Amino acid sequence: MLTVRDLVVHYDTPLGAVKAADRISFSLRAGERLGFAGESGSGKSTMALAILRMIKPPGRIAAGEVRLDGQNLLTLSDEDMRRVRLARIALIPQGSMNALNPVMRVKEQITDALRDHGVQLSGRQSEGRVRELLESVGLRAEVADMFPHELSGGMKQRACIAIAISLRPRVIIADEPTSALDVVVQKQVMETLARVQENLGASVILVGHDMGLMAQFVDRLGIMYAGKLIEVSPVREIFTRPLHPYTRMLIASLPSLEEKETFRGIPGLLPLLRDLPPGCAFHPRCPHSFDRCRTEVPTLREVRPDGSVACHLV
Amino acid sequence: MRYLRRNPSLVVGIVLLSALALFVIVGHFTVDTSKSRPLSAPAVRAPSAAHPFGTDRQGRDLLATMVAGTPLTLRIGFIAGFLGVGLGAVLGFVSAYYRGTVDAVIRGVVDIGLTVPGLLVLIIIAVSLRRGLTVDQMAIIVASLAWLNPARTIRAQVLSLRERGYVEVARLSGMSGPEIILKELMPNLLPYLAATLVNAVSSAILASVGLEVLGLGPIDSPTLGMTLYWVNFNAALINGWWWWWAAPIVIILVVFLGLFFLTVGLDEIANPRLRRAI
Amino acid sequence: MTALLEARHVTRIFGGGFFDRSSTLALDDFSLAIDGDRPSIIAVVGESGSGKTTLGRLLLGLTAPTRGQVFYNGRDLQKMSRAGGRAFRRDVQVIFQDPYGVYNPFYRIDHVLTTPVAKFGLATSRAGARTLIDDVLRAVGLRPEETLGRFPHQLSGGQRQRVMVARALLLRPRVIVADEPVSMVDASLRATILASLRTMNRDLGISIVYITHDLATAYQISDTIVVLYRGTVAEVGDVELVVKRPQHPYTRLLLSSIPLASPERTWMSESATAPAAPREAIETGCKFAGRCPSAAPACRQTVPPLFQTDRGQAVACYLYRGAPVLTEDHP
Repeated sequence: MLTVRDLVVHYDTPLGAVKAADRISFSLRAGERLGFAGESGSGKSTMALAILRMIKPPGRIAAGEVRLDGQNLLTLSDEDMRRVRLARIALIPQGSMNALNPVMRVKEQITDALRDHGVQLSGRQSEGRVRELLESVGLRAEVADMFPHELSGGMKQRACIAIAISLRPRVIIADEPTSALDVVVQKQVMETLARVQENLGASVILVGHDMGLMAQFVDRLGIMYAGKLIEVSPVREIFTRPLHPYTRMLIASLPSLEEKETFRGIPGLLPLLRDLPPGCAFHPRCPHSFDRCRTEVPTLREVRPDGSVACHLV
Repeated sequence: MRYLRRNPSLVVGIVLLSALALFVIVGHFTVDTSKSRPLSAPAVRAPSAAHPFGTDRQGRDLLATMVAGTPLTLRIGFIAGFLGVGLGAVLGFVSAYYRGTVDAVIRGVVDIGLTVPGLLVLIIIAVSLRRGLTVDQMAIIVASLAWLNPARTIRAQVLSLRERGYVEVARLSGMSGPEIILKELMPNLLPYLAATLVNAVSSAILASVGLEVLGLGPIDSPTLGMTLYWVNFNAALINGWWWWWAAPIVIILVVFLGLFFLTVGLDEIANPRLRRAI
Repeated sequence: MTALLEARHVTRIFGGGFFDRSSTLALDDFSLAIDGDRPSIIAVVGESGSGKTTLGRLLLGLTAPTRGQVFYNGRDLQKMSRAGGRAFRRDVQVIFQDPYGVYNPFYRIDHVLTTPVAKFGLATSRAGARTLIDDVLRAVGLRPEETLGRFPHQLSGGQRQRVMVARALLLRPRVIVADEPVSMVDASLRATILASLRTMNRDLGISIVYITHDLATAYQISDTIVVLYRGTVAEVGDVELVVKRPQHPYTRLLLSSIPLASPERTWMSESATAPAAPREAIETGCKFAGRCPSAAPACRQTVPPLFQTDRGQAVACYLYRGAPVLTEDHP
């Protein structure tokens, strides 16, 4: 349904162009939940914004295709792309609680979005639509008349979800939607997102760094490191049979609630994007690296049904 | 060097002020500044080879007057500006860092002081001290009000800075209040202080020129403002003695434009958000 | 046990001054004692609004309690002499959450290490200071040659946080208050920093108050855990007991809300709990009563005391009213 091929995003710095996202390729299937997990500098947020062509200078999309139902979004005119956003692909941005206009009531923000996309509704109709949307995200009808500062963090986030689904998009991209929320509220918001997705029959791309959240929410998971997609598999496989050493070590480093004092951090530091090591970006920290890793960049290839990895060991 | 290309205001400001400085320095070596006193030359002569800026009604050679008077005006500005920002900064830092009663008192004084029309106060002070005002006394009079605005703006800056994590860490590392002000807060405010200083110098010059034009300045000094006073006194405008008012006005323009561009340029350094993209 | 650092019936209210009608009760009658004889790691776990950060600041003496006192070696922090204050500052150190704001951008990171050395007279010469600093940097897994002389923006978040830990180590404190030390650090580096905290406790006898919202990391490094809800203690005790056999409904809610990084998907299959009630002022009774599935009328009338259900566990919930009430502040 959504196919990304060899997407490259550059950031221009005084020292030259830095590859924030390097040849990302994947397909999103209808109705699926696809996750992208990575640490700082992995390129996950950059990729999410690039799909929506929301990269601002000094960043720019340097190469690649993003096809939604066969149509390449990167070649559309600005006006056409604007129409695609929200109506066909919606974004729940990072810190979206701050994306709400503080001087507009919630209902106005929703109707604003609808009107911008040419939806003509009478006063009564739009009220009904707003109430419907709020109900679908578990917010009471009174919330429509409230201002953002009157809502709690979780409620604001759910309002953002309501805006995102107002035009019934086929793809919802959620960029760290719950990172600022408490764990109890996070569960409510994710449950809302799941319910909304099922009602719409849409697909979700969830971008984040919380592996636990990924494990419990997504169907397939992609792992990103230093701007590259290094592994993609069904989520169960990622956790039972991880292919890439980074994935394995990342999972091992997560604090467990079973056994105390299991400290297995990954030694070394995350590489700076402007100063990547030659060959595989992970090789300085990889306990299994060998000569080829230092010279040749591994490419993402399918090594088992539905499982791809970019590693010379496999 | 590359930065200067990105910050044209700074360049313009520096160029203008350097040109002025050059004028004054070269002038002091080439022109006889004693000719800035009355009765040094024939009166009311248009610009000529002997008197490139012409002469005024009291027989002053205007080139000499400008060469002698410009540094005097600038000196008033600098003294008043430095005193004003110095005092204002101390009060601003103390007020914002310690808060409480000290802050309330200082803030109260500053708020009230700023509502009183400054020029009026200066006029009253100048009028009361009519006997033989010197250039330095002029500077002190202007400085007496120049600290108010810096105190307020610097206080605002420090108020936001003091909440930073590194201030708390400094406190927990055993640093005392004054140490924190000097070593942690002030270095981060240096660009802002520089911009405030230039601003204060500019305002001080304006205030001093204003007082002088009204005749409340040091009567015997050839400062720019006093020259304009004599221009006014002798109705030079109506009499068509254009060279008399043109020279001081051009120089004042250069001073203010130079200081203005310098302020804008420094503001850009102090506030990275204003920086133009390459 | 000799209480090294102790909060006794501490209450902290924000606002509510003469002109300010609204006030927030951040901490309500909270008590905690850190044992000077047996250094341990105490985790204070809570969500936003639980009062955990306020507690940290109270223990560090950065804020004063509205009621109650904080004692250091038996002396009230608010009434300490200058010399006493210095000793306190040496013995009780901090690691803040944000590895960015804690560095003055004007100075190299050496500044944050050399200042305490100078202020507390830890070394007699420049060389001595340098050795000391090199040692603590190595102790947290950093290489002095690669770290010193750099500006904060030239180091990564994880490195900056480790420098903060090194700084805390410099003074050989007896207590470190760590407020969310790893939440802004990347996942792969968290374990390393947590491991250094544990080592500092084991090998150097430093007690740590580990403040966090992340139960998993709290479980990993702490011995005792205090679960805070809206300024009061919901449950406290030995970390194995509280995490494996949670008793308070809030603790249970917290644990069930954590998405586990495992192949089994049980997180969202459980029925949704009642949404959090909007923040009405709960004047009387248990603060959790509005959201509690087991709330009874008694819960809304008086605040439940801590019932000691086990030698190493106590719960503030009327469901356990059969157990004896905890009279001492801490097991």
